Amino acid sequence: MITISGKSVFGGVSIGKLLFYQRNNKVIKRTHVDDVDAEWKRFQEAKDTAVEQLKGLYDKALADVGEANAMIFEIHQMMLEDLDYLESIENIIRTQEVNAEYAVATTADNFAKMFAAMDDAYMQGRAADVKDVSERVLDILCGVDTGFKEMTEPCIIAADDLAPSETVQLDKSKVLGFATQYGSSNSHTAILARTMNIPAVIGLGEGLLKEYSGRDAIIDGFTGTLYIDPDEKTLKEMQEKREKDLEQKALLEQLKGKENVTKSGQKINVYANIGNVSDLGAVLKNDAGGIGLFRSEFLYLENSDFPTEEQQFAVYKQVAESMAGKKVIIRTLDIGADKQVDYFGLDKEDNPALGYRAIRICLTRPEIFKTQLRALYRAAVFGNISIMFPMIISVSEVLRIKEIIAEVKGELKSEGIPYKEDVELGIMIETPASVMISRDLAKEVDFFSVGTNDLTQYTLAIDRQNSKLDEFYDPHHPAVLAMIKMAAESAHAEGAWIGICGELGADLELTEEFLKMGLDELSVSPSMVLPLRKRIRECE
Amino acid sequence: MKEFKYVITDPEGIHARPAGILVKQAAGYQSTVKITKGEKSADAKRIFGVMGLGVKTGEEITITVEGADEDTAAAELETFFKENL
Repeated sequence: MITISGKSVFGGVSIGKLLFYQRNNKVIKRTHVDDVDAEWKRFQEAKDTAVEQLKGLYDKALADVGEANAMIFEIHQMMLEDLDYLESIENIIRTQEVNAEYAVATTADNFAKMFAAMDDAYMQGRAADVKDVSERVLDILCGVDTGFKEMTEPCIIAADDLAPSETVQLDKSKVLGFATQYGSSNSHTAILARTMNIPAVIGLGEGLLKEYSGRDAIIDGFTGTLYIDPDEKTLKEMQEKREKDLEQKALLEQLKGKENVTKSGQKINVYANIGNVSDLGAVLKNDAGGIGLFRSEFLYLENSDFPTEEQQFAVYKQVAESMAGKKVIIRTLDIGADKQVDYFGLDKEDNPALGYRAIRICLTRPEIFKTQLRALYRAAVFGNISIMFPMIISVSEVLRIKEIIAEVKGELKSEGIPYKEDVELGIMIETPASVMISRDLAKEVDFFSVGTNDLTQYTLAIDRQNSKLDEFYDPHHPAVLAMIKMAAESAHAEGAWIGICGELGADLELTEEFLKMGLDELSVSPSMVLPLRKRIRECE
Repeated sequence: MKEFKYVITDPEGIHARPAGILVKQAAGYQSTVKITKGEKSADAKRIFGVMGLGVKTGEEITITVEGADEDTAAAELETFFKENL
């Protein structure tokens, strides 16, 4: 058995024969031409044919993968009609008196180099687009057939890399998966593989040999592994993994669009927790009713300096718009404790879990807090955003937050910047203190969201990182459940709603109990949305 | 001549898709449309030029429109940027 590791672009397991895609290799020679006008005309005809072909591909892609993904073929047409591109080709033909093939290949190289030299991974990936469109013209000029040879049985397609046009031309019913030597997760092939739900692994490198063509293979799209000639044990493991994945996908189909309602008719919202914009796809795919916790930390953790208001605004706006009116609860900065950022210049602490973190940083360094609030209030115009504050222990903190919000709104107003006046505000319930005074807190906010990880740690005085304490640790400890119940009663007594966004929310053994407590929402990782929906629908 | 400035808010910057839509939009005007980022500028009717600027989110660009229909073009392009980028 041969095991090759690459990068996963789409999860799933596929088992079958490997087919190494061989491109028609053309050798482009530089030859002298006497009649440059005729040569230029020959190129223009080939280019027009290529544009026609791309129009056909656009229509095919439109039907297969939707407008957003089909757009690439319209862009390819524009590239072929781009004046810079055409001027370069005409110039080479006329001044060097050479053949159109040579002029196209040289121009393609130059433009591809321009993209490859850009300081942005996405733009570097566009070099492949230039080559793809130019190859098409060259094929026509050389009279070579394009596209895949007819595949007789379903296979795993292997290649050095696949151009978008090659991916779309494939007969999808015969493609089990993609395995490529090169390519980036930004490549259109990767994007199309995701859209077409085909397991794909890229960046397998030189280890993926052409002579593997025709041999048995397995793609594990979850780990980004390709197995050639798998042994019994691996085959069995992978078959099980594949079945589990298919079951999950079947569950998804079955439960998509269904309500989160118990047999007796009690409803509860099931939302998803996310930590980055890239998780949005999973939220939508798993049919979550909203986002119950959007951790804004990544904006700070992935930056080398404080993220600007515009940067944050763009992200919050994108999330709000993507969710199209569904609730998006964004938690303000929760840095400190286990999440450290150099540029905050925080001191080392003996007891960081009880230290200078989250809202405590925001209230003592309001300039950081205000930037985030301005971005949030501006983005709220574009969707259904709620804001949630972490690590609250006192009513006075909530009142101080509201003062700062009033200042922020006043500033936005006087600057004439659009913002939403009424944004739903909530707090995290993650300290025992907040539970004990939850009745007073509920008077001040619209909702509670219980962060069960911290609440458990603070209630039981157990450090979850310390494995020696495992025997003392009970995730269903009655004290924690009593805390949640108390917070729920307080919230409802004051007309606020309450949800859970910690790990316990996804604990299917507790779903029934949470329903009894009358919780209004459970927010879980995207992959848990449908299993939880299933559990809810089984409850009485 | 008409000129306006715009700060890109699309997290991906002017990537292939909006660049394509922009070129289509710009091609519809008689006027010349120029995009300037720092010291580099490009003809907004040429896709390689636009993509070659590599405009990222948060960056400011200047759009210069010149020609017979510059008033409509500038107004429509400004709306276009707000809606798409």
